Amino acid sequence: MTGLNTIGRSLLRDDADILKSPSPPSRRIVFGAAWLKVVKGIRPGLVLAWFVMAIVVLWALFPQWFTSYSATVGVARQQLRAPSAEHWLGTDALGRDLLARIIYGAGNSLSGAFVAVGVGLVVGTTLGIVAGSARGRIDGAIMRGVDVLLSIPQLLLSLSIVILLGFGILNAAIAVGVTSIASFARLARSEVVRVRASDYVEAAFGSGGTFGRVLLRHILPNSLTSVIAFAALQLGWAILTISTLGFLGYGAPPPTPEWGLLIAEGRNYIARAWWLTTVPGIVVILVVLSANRISQSFGKVTA
Amino acid sequence: MSRYVIGRIGQAALVLWAAFTVSFILLQALPGDAILIKFLNPELGLGPEQIADIRASYAADSPLWMQYLHTVANFLTGRFGYSIHAGVPVGDLILANLPPTLWLAALGFLLSVVVAVILAALSALSPFSWLRSFIQSIPSLFISTPVFWLGILLIQVFSFQLKLIPVINPGPWQALILPVLTLAVPISAPLAQILMRNIDHVLTEPFVAVARAKGASHRWVLWKHVAKNAVLPTLTIAGILFGELLAGAVVTEAVFGLNGLGGLTQRSVNDQDIAVLQAIVVFSAAAFVLINLTVDLLYPVFDPRLRARQGALA
Repeated sequence: MTGLNTIGRSLLRDDADILKSPSPPSRRIVFGAAWLKVVKGIRPGLVLAWFVMAIVVLWALFPQWFTSYSATVGVARQQLRAPSAEHWLGTDALGRDLLARIIYGAGNSLSGAFVAVGVGLVVGTTLGIVAGSARGRIDGAIMRGVDVLLSIPQLLLSLSIVILLGFGILNAAIAVGVTSIASFARLARSEVVRVRASDYVEAAFGSGGTFGRVLLRHILPNSLTSVIAFAALQLGWAILTISTLGFLGYGAPPPTPEWGLLIAEGRNYIARAWWLTTVPGIVVILVVLSANRISQSFGKVTA
Repeated sequence: MSRYVIGRIGQAALVLWAAFTVSFILLQALPGDAILIKFLNPELGLGPEQIADIRASYAADSPLWMQYLHTVANFLTGRFGYSIHAGVPVGDLILANLPPTLWLAALGFLLSVVVAVILAALSALSPFSWLRSFIQSIPSLFISTPVFWLGILLIQVFSFQLKLIPVINPGPWQALILPVLTLAVPISAPLAQILMRNIDHVLTEPFVAVARAKGASHRWVLWKHVAKNAVLPTLTIAGILFGELLAGAVVTEAVFGLNGLGGLTQRSVNDQDIAVLQAIVVFSAAAFVLINLTVDLLYPVFDPRLRARQGALA
């Protein structure tokens, strides 16, 4: 058994060496090219976008580094204070520091967005790859299913799933993720079909590569760049949609700090405390714009 | 040609049926029971037998496949069931809530077209490249803006700071200004983007070069040669725009407290009123499929090049 395995492995290695020569863009080079593109394209806007993303990720991971206030417990007799040196972004109706709530909210909003993109990326890309590789009837069946998913407006589909799973930030995130499965599947399928038709894949098949191996070593890595770019784009969109569900009251329950919920709570005080709604909205816009800008730097995405 | 039309209609019907089934599975398979939630309320003082009667009247006790066939037959004959929460037929409920949303969506769409055309024209006519890239970045700002936040901001600025639009008892037209503005912004963004992209694309076509070689000015080329060719492909995103309009209406109505289809959707989610939500989902899927079908069938009518290609294929 062991002997067979060794032979098998050495065969695979030979196989890999043969495959490597006729196909210039191996996995490492593709990633290198993507990074080179990122580094070459250093523009102030892009640097700013990465900076915003880095700060928000740090907020999500180590909120206590950035504020000494609590996000859920207010300070007595400090309700609805305008921005000042003490409370940079002011306080809400319960005397809670708005900056602290935004910083602690980053964890909820970002993790929700990552779950959403994860669901869409894993399920959608798998479906797309299967459809693109299998072709024929399986392809047709999967893509008709995708058409059906696309025919239901995204917000209504996510509301139906939220009603099914119950309210809550994780459920809202899953619902948003499910609505993006269709576009991920479409993109992954078109990429697989595109890469499959290229000369180096033909060559890999011609030199005796098995289907699974060609898929793993050549088709997947070369389809990945656009899928990653699309995932970054979807990250911004997911943050936006999750905050919408949070605003409508289907996401995190109060007093959880979540960006959409912050705006919903501040809505009752728009006449007296403009900062409660305005500032969280600007944070959302900045983060979404940054995600879009970063996605753009990976190359044009059309899906 | 007629075979293409029939095939396309059949395909649309199939997608619609599948969307109906998906929504049925999603919504009827759910663990919560809206009938029990409403009628087990002790204040109503209903006995178990009465509740069983109510359940039977909603056909909630028959097996799932029976319920499915029942619902399909009802939908095909125009009966969309009863709202569990309000106790009235779903069709009446939707009809009653439709007009405000139609007004909002129609005006919002009109305004978004105006905004998108202005943005695209400005970007095509701008003499400086920095101005151009600035104008071209406006749609991505629009897309990144939460609709509900924009609505609240507009109320803050126009109603509370500038006191231009009264918060309490505004006139029927006054009440529509801010919601329409709110809705138009996210819709105008994809429109403007696709228009700008199309204009850039058409400008590289050979016939534009020919027109230029004949001595046509930039403006002449844009009006006579580019505009028509750039507008046509926007038809292809009509279905997507419809979905955006609907989502925008749900959010806008929630912000401004309007009673339309969006408000109805939100209430049906809050009350787990499945019959209402399913009807809304099926109607919007039907509208989406119909819009795409119309676009597909009309496109060759507007674009003679496509007609020629189809003729060659047939």
